[in-house]
Amino acid sequence: MEIKRERLEPPRGESAPARPVRGDDLAIRRVDAVQMLRGAPIEGLTPAREHDDLTDEDLERHVTERVLTTTLDKAVAWARGNSFFPATFGLACCAIEMMSIVASRVDVARFGFEAFRASPRQADLLILSGRVSIKMAPVVRRIYDQMLEPKWAISMGACCSSMGVFNNYALVPADKFMPVDVHVPGCPPRPEALMHGILKLRKMVLDDPDMGWRERYEARGTEEVVGEDAARDNAVNVFDPRA
Amino acid sequence: MPDATGLELLAQELREKDPDSVVDTLHFRGKAALSVAPGAIRGVLQALREHGYTFMASLHGVDYYPDEPRLGVQYELLDMQRVDRITVKLRVPTDAPEVDSVTPDWPTADHQERELYDMFGVVFRGHPDLRRILMPEDYEGYPQRRDFPVGGEPVLFTYNEQRYGGGV
Repeated sequence: MEIKRERLEPPRGESAPARPVRGDDLAIRRVDAVQMLRGAPIEGLTPAREHDDLTDEDLERHVTERVLTTTLDKAVAWARGNSFFPATFGLACCAIEMMSIVASRVDVARFGFEAFRASPRQADLLILSGRVSIKMAPVVRRIYDQMLEPKWAISMGACCSSMGVFNNYALVPADKFMPVDVHVPGCPPRPEALMHGILKLRKMVLDDPDMGWRERYEARGTEEVVGEDAARDNAVNVFDPRA
Repeated sequence: MPDATGLELLAQELREKDPDSVVDTLHFRGKAALSVAPGAIRGVLQALREHGYTFMASLHGVDYYPDEPRLGVQYELLDMQRVDRITVKLRVPTDAPEVDSVTPDWPTADHQERELYDMFGVVFRGHPDLRRILMPEDYEGYPQRRDFPVGGEPVLFTYNEQRYGGGV
């Protein structure tokens, strides 16, 4: 298809550029976009704020261009998959690589994953970045349990997937004590590799909103719930510490 | 380091205070070491401190398996005036791995003796707080002994799970 190149500079005076022939969609949309950005009315298309009286062709075109239909599951999965909030949690040298994915070179913020949350209650992605000793495992598990559904876990590096070079009494692989969705190999993995793992996880979330793979890991229903009887009389009220 | 002659003189000096204290001397690659009887360790270290070795740089353990007695405890002392180091060694058997704690004399030995207890199972009599320090408190066994199994946990990957039905 031959693409007609349009002049995109603002029109000088009264002499607006000639509108491209209908059917040359790419060129039309470029002109439309430029004119919409300027707030100018688009020839041949009624402005959106006046779409009440759209009929026939105009209505058809308006709907196909402006309205997107989907299922709720897909929309929710799309939102979840594109806005992971990783927990601010590092274990060892892999954590240095993990920190650098939010820096300028890799910049995982492009995909919406940049908001590292300092509380597991606000996070929905736990990146196990480093070796987990058997003394640390209950702590890691508790942090995972404190996260609320939906939640995911990435095992980053050789140590917490297979214990790597520390395959001895001191360490325990992450799969032994918590469900892991994605393993990222490497020692340590480059930031690009971790980003690839996160994008893999995004694909899993987008493709399978039911997250059937998480049932297989028995990852459902692991949230740590504080019962009502645990409400403490002597708890500190942060808004009024003296109360 | 004291040279070989200086080491013998030092050993002789210690033997004059306690005839059964120094079992053997070793001068190897410029490094002087005294082997002492386990019961005499506090006296020997105090005598060396009076001799100028006032700084305990390290306290660590060795498993000499299959030699007997198997477990070794080594004390690295440093004379900071003369920049002079000496190693004091002792050996205890695994069936009664007990030795007097030097923590009352050398506070720095506190955590290092706990680590030895944790990793080798050497019991230090008179230690104020002899607990495990690195491994979980309910851990069984002494992982740095040579007869402790090397391997860790078998790893469960999805590949193995499908192949072996999860019973790896």
